[in-house]
Amino acid sequence: MKNTRDTQLLFELSRPGCRATRLPACDVPELPLCELLPTASMASTPPNLPELSEPQIVRHFVNLSTQNMSVDTHFYPLGSCTMKYNPKRNERIAGLPGLAELHPYQPESTLQGMLQILYELQEILQEISGLAVCSLQPAAGAHGELTALLVASAYFRNLGQKRPIVLVPDNAHGTNPASASMAGFQSVTLKTTSDGFVDMDELATKLNDQVAVLMITNPSTLGLFEPHIRQIADQVHAVGALVYLDGANMNAILGVARPGDFGADMQHFNPHKTFSGPHGGGGPGAGPICVTKELAPFLPAPIVVPCDRQEPCDHQETDEKGSGPTYRLDWDRPKSIGRVRAFFGNVGVLVRTYAYIRTHGPDGLRRVSENAVLNANYLLSRIKKILPVVQDDRCMHEFVATAAQLKAEKNISAMDIAKRLLDYGFHAPTVYFPLTVPEAIMIEPTESESKQTLDDFTDALFRIIEEDPQLLHGAPHTTSISRPNEVQAARQQILSHPEA
Amino acid sequence: MPYLYNTPADQTEMLATIGAGSLDELFDSVPQDLQLARSLDLPSAMSEMELEQHLHRLANKNQHAGQLVCFLGGGSYDHFVPAVVDAIGSRSEFYTSYTPYQAEASQGNLQVVFEYQSLITRLTGMEVSNASMYDGGSATAEAVLMAISTTGGRSAKKRQPNVVLPHSLHPEYRATIVTYLENLDVQVRFLETPQGIIDREHLANVLDDQTAAVVLQHPNFFGCLEDAEEITRITHDAGALLISVFDPISLGLLTRPGDYGANIAVAEGQGLGTPMTYGGPYLGIMACDKKLVRRMPGRIAGQTVDRRGNPCFVLTLQTREQHIRRAKATSNVCTNQGLFALRATVYLAQLGPQGLRETATLCLQKAHYASQQLCRHPRFSRAFDHPTFKEFVIRDAENRVDELLQAATNHGYLAGIPLAPWFPELSDCFLVAVTEKRTQDEIDRWVGELTRCGAKVHI
Repeated sequence: MKNTRDTQLLFELSRPGCRATRLPACDVPELPLCELLPTASMASTPPNLPELSEPQIVRHFVNLSTQNMSVDTHFYPLGSCTMKYNPKRNERIAGLPGLAELHPYQPESTLQGMLQILYELQEILQEISGLAVCSLQPAAGAHGELTALLVASAYFRNLGQKRPIVLVPDNAHGTNPASASMAGFQSVTLKTTSDGFVDMDELATKLNDQVAVLMITNPSTLGLFEPHIRQIADQVHAVGALVYLDGANMNAILGVARPGDFGADMQHFNPHKTFSGPHGGGGPGAGPICVTKELAPFLPAPIVVPCDRQEPCDHQETDEKGSGPTYRLDWDRPKSIGRVRAFFGNVGVLVRTYAYIRTHGPDGLRRVSENAVLNANYLLSRIKKILPVVQDDRCMHEFVATAAQLKAEKNISAMDIAKRLLDYGFHAPTVYFPLTVPEAIMIEPTESESKQTLDDFTDALFRIIEEDPQLLHGAPHTTSISRPNEVQAARQQILSHPEA
Repeated sequence: MPYLYNTPADQTEMLATIGAGSLDELFDSVPQDLQLARSLDLPSAMSEMELEQHLHRLANKNQHAGQLVCFLGGGSYDHFVPAVVDAIGSRSEFYTSYTPYQAEASQGNLQVVFEYQSLITRLTGMEVSNASMYDGGSATAEAVLMAISTTGGRSAKKRQPNVVLPHSLHPEYRATIVTYLENLDVQVRFLETPQGIIDREHLANVLDDQTAAVVLQHPNFFGCLEDAEEITRITHDAGALLISVFDPISLGLLTRPGDYGANIAVAEGQGLGTPMTYGGPYLGIMACDKKLVRRMPGRIAGQTVDRRGNPCFVLTLQTREQHIRRAKATSNVCTNQGLFALRATVYLAQLGPQGLRETATLCLQKAHYASQQLCRHPRFSRAFDHPTFKEFVIRDAENRVDELLQAATNHGYLAGIPLAPWFPELSDCFLVAVTEKRTQDEIDRWVGELTRCGAKVHI
């Protein structure tokens, strides 16, 4: 039950002399600090951290947790974020000491189980994407984008080609153009049609030998499968450029269609979305990428490979059967772009991904997408009677409704609806994205919701749009706070609790 | 299927509402020739029990730090994680929520981020912290980009900026920075550190008026303390920014980056309550001068009031970010490491000022003891003659590091990290880390193991 008492900041709870941690006495002979450290390097006082007791800390954070909506407590139809159920079994497995307590620089001979998981996951993601080689190194989707664009640029450098441009449709995630800039490309926006598809004329105008990559999200951020995707890919390839697939929406097409088959040369996965991450309140994610054979030499190192039996990879150790290790890290990638982070990757997320995929198997993954698409279409077919939907017929795993008309007629905005939904016990959908749709409300129910929940959500929407607009402007009314003043936040910039 | 609600009856009813004849029909918009005509070629589904047994088998093929005594560091450490951290980190209201864009539905997360930022600024002595980055390596690379955008073209003639990366910086961080800079018009100047720390004169010589930043790791990759104050002064004299790569645990004892004048401070925050998990996910910490905040990547929480005047928290200064600024954003970073920022917040709350200081002191004392005990044996010596914190480099006079470490592994010790893959000139050396978890008994046995391995060679 929610604690209605104010949740003070940790710093306000601090009482001098309070301690939650007792450390063991030092069991080695101690030397005076001044003999071990130069005086100039030493802090004169302990760090200015709050002084608290353990029960206080636990109550503080548990009470804070109840101030969140989460997938485990609420329907969370946040478009583009794939807020599906996060299986408990994956959490328990990822916490096994044999997986969680591994140091990144342990000898390979002591990591054979982990390397097997990672090797199999590479193979699995390659099969799902229809692309040849996988790198598990990137830490998040946007990091995967950056990595793949750096791979593309190394590929063109190797060919002796200078291609400064990356094309990005105007309804893409903001990370796409941002990644292009970071990778040293110039991001050029591609206008889409009113249906949210790539405008083929616009594409033809902007495609030339200066273009390195077209970044495309398919299914698009409007939840639609790009009907001309093959043609688009062919045209991009015809000028020698590459197609990058933003894999944010893979939840719609698992086992249905594969990016490699529809012309993508590279893609990232968002395991924290598609493969039930979880999202962690804003991370961690992971951003594995898959690429074609031609691009593979440029991927970050290392990649997990099976040992060549002729030449055992780990010279020293043999396992109990005397057969030697089975997997090793391949560092010998002379054309590699190098590293994009320290250590192997976000392994804890990847282990959960592996567990999720092994739970489902090939047919189960297809069921996931079928039911994600079924739920989205069901919700669409009901909601389109309340709010216009960009393509009002069918969608893939998500769709975008618009409150533009409501705004014009009754001054009810997408934000009003989003905030009021919180009062009805639903997390808000994504609003004002994609930027191409005015008063956009982007809804992604995911496969793990019931018809009943979707019906309840629709009923709430029905009621909301009939409510007094004034009531909506002030929503939410039942949450601990309502409509924070964002302008003041940006102006005052109180970004930390002032030190006493 | 385990996580699906809809029964066949529900599906039929839903399809009827949609007006579709079958589930397959819902995919009609996917051109027929692009649809996969077969099942994915993947292993078949597993029940929960089978899955757990399977993963147990795989996990058992590994030897973990609870079985092998861990003396490995190099940016990932076997620090103790209090139970409170796991308990709070396992609250599914935290770990199954999304980035707190909807402030009213996320005050818990937002307050945690605000508290995290406050703890990081106190710990580092810096003015502003963001909500986290991916890891220490990519945070350092982002800090370099930030410095370049801040100082770029400060001389009248806009020339190519450069950044200075000493060899005493983690080699994988160095590699990450080089990758990030590959296509940008920036020169990377490597600074060799044959003595194990930055040579001040040498540093002064490579700096010029186009130097955007010097990246200083302190304690550095070799465990040595650098002369942080002096290096910062030299860097600032050249008009460049000082990027400090720090070890958060070390700040229980050492001066804070803000105190010696760092402009951007970044760190691997794994030591603050995150398991080693074979290298990730970890926590990238980033803090900076207030005047740099608009160039900072990532999310930032700020305090404000709601419409009723109640204090509350929101994500703020979002006009820096990719979802608003797109190609002109300060970075492409979106998902960060919220759950590990939470864990670090709980960890620091649990340790408090004295706990962190004592943890740092235990690391220091034990590392010193371990180094001394090992170096009593003539085969081993310290490669660098500088004060260290919890890590140090050992030189093997017999130059058989791989053999030695492998033998130690076979006897139950992750005894050290060979430096040869990164530093050919240190192929006779290995890096050792000693955390507060290592007991005197473990250290003595580790010494015994390494010296015995040495002795065996002579038999």
